[in-house]
Amino acid sequence: MATELGVATPRITDGVVLDGVSHAYGATQALERVSLSARGGEVVAIVGPSGCGKSTLLDLVCGLTTPQAGRVEAPRAVLMPQRDQLLPWLTAADNAALALRVNGTSKHAAREKATRLLAELGLGGFERTRPADLSGGMRQRVAFARTLLAGAPLLCLDEPFGALDAITRADTQAWLAEALRRSPRTVLLVTHDVEEAVLLADTVVVLSPRPGRVVKRLRIDLPPGRTATDPGVVELRAEALAAMR
Amino acid sequence: MVALMIVIAFVGVWQLYTELSGLDAFVLPPPTEVVTSLYDDRGLLLENFLVTGGEMLLGLLVALLLGIALTVLLHLSPPARRGLYPLLVGTQVVPIVLIAPLLVAWFGFGLLPKLGIVAVVCFFPIVVPTLDALRRIDPDRIKLMRTLGATRWQVLRFAEAPSALPGLFTGTRLAVAIAAIAAVLAEYSGSERGLGRLTLQSIPQLETARAYAAIVVLMTFTLLLYAGLAALERLLLPWAAAPERTP
Repeated sequence: MATELGVATPRITDGVVLDGVSHAYGATQALERVSLSARGGEVVAIVGPSGCGKSTLLDLVCGLTTPQAGRVEAPRAVLMPQRDQLLPWLTAADNAALALRVNGTSKHAAREKATRLLAELGLGGFERTRPADLSGGMRQRVAFARTLLAGAPLLCLDEPFGALDAITRADTQAWLAEALRRSPRTVLLVTHDVEEAVLLADTVVVLSPRPGRVVKRLRIDLPPGRTATDPGVVELRAEALAAMR
Repeated sequence: MVALMIVIAFVGVWQLYTELSGLDAFVLPPPTEVVTSLYDDRGLLLENFLVTGGEMLLGLLVALLLGIALTVLLHLSPPARRGLYPLLVGTQVVPIVLIAPLLVAWFGFGLLPKLGIVAVVCFFPIVVPTLDALRRIDPDRIKLMRTLGATRWQVLRFAEAPSALPGLFTGTRLAVAIAAIAAVLAEYSGSERGLGRLTLQSIPQLETARAYAAIVVLMTFTLLLYAGLAALERLLLPWAAAPERTP
């Protein structure tokens, strides 16, 4: 049985609440009266077609944008953006340690901490490698280590596996589920992949095409260690897909 | 390698042309005479090179400091960008050839007007690519930094400034290429020493080979400076050579 990851787990009792949130960019209505919530420690997947305002939703939760209408209540959140956004001039360890450096930890201490976490996440020996020399799956792991080390109770993952090939994607999903089990956080996972949502989340929220509205909320009462071919997964996947149409 | 062969071919044709056309050496000296002058006049060339080389390096340094300061200001402050950018473009449409003699009349024959002219000509190509590099940064990268808790200054330090370094190097290489022209122009406008001054003096003295020798010295210096910068860039920014890959 794996133990807790060597990174301080913040208090995750505070959940996330969005209540009647609407937001527009100019004439484009991105979100319309969206209400959803996540309990502390819950993984909520938000699925929907491209352009349904999923990324806007994360911007609001992260406090990067203020909603034009409605209420957003969220603890400190850290974003894992689409495409890993690793800094090409930094090594894997220094990329993972970015949040520590920003909050004033010395370079040496930050690097040491990041190196330890990378090793636990299966990247031992790669701490001095630059992003250009890492595979896609490894880059996502470094990006996730960076997200964890920020020490925020809430993680906002924006299409984290969107650019990976199918096999790497399946591996990385399983890896993420395990990492979250070892270092629990409240997670908002934005994806357009319904299967990914059902595999990883406790709750799946389906948004309509623009303007994004909540059209379905699915509880996923399946044990962890799910695979895409489990009958329960297949059934819920079909249900979510039907709601998207 | 190909470049070297082209240069050799060019010098060969030049030599052949001067020998076959029967032109006077003071109209177009053959390369051999230029080489002779490089050796015979080495003391004179060195003395004047130190002046012009100094003007170029100090002028570039001023341009670099001014360019970086302006870039940061324009990037951080949209009002400054709106107000200052048109003025910066304005400095580049001033016909520097005409202004140079006026600056010399104002500031005298010393180093100051030369530095001013080199800096004014060279800071603009530094600002433009650096500012462009700053603006091309993926907005998601900035969002990420902000959710990691970075202040505006930290975003600049950790994410933006390194992203802009390749642009800064490009700009500095461009500036180096024109710094020699600017320095010579400044010397033409009034000076007592320098390779530009030496060239101008050598022509009426019918020492045309010496004028060409001065040009060769200046070109060699500029090329070395350019190559040195390119080598420094490869050394400091190895990550910039590889295209940024996304998974």
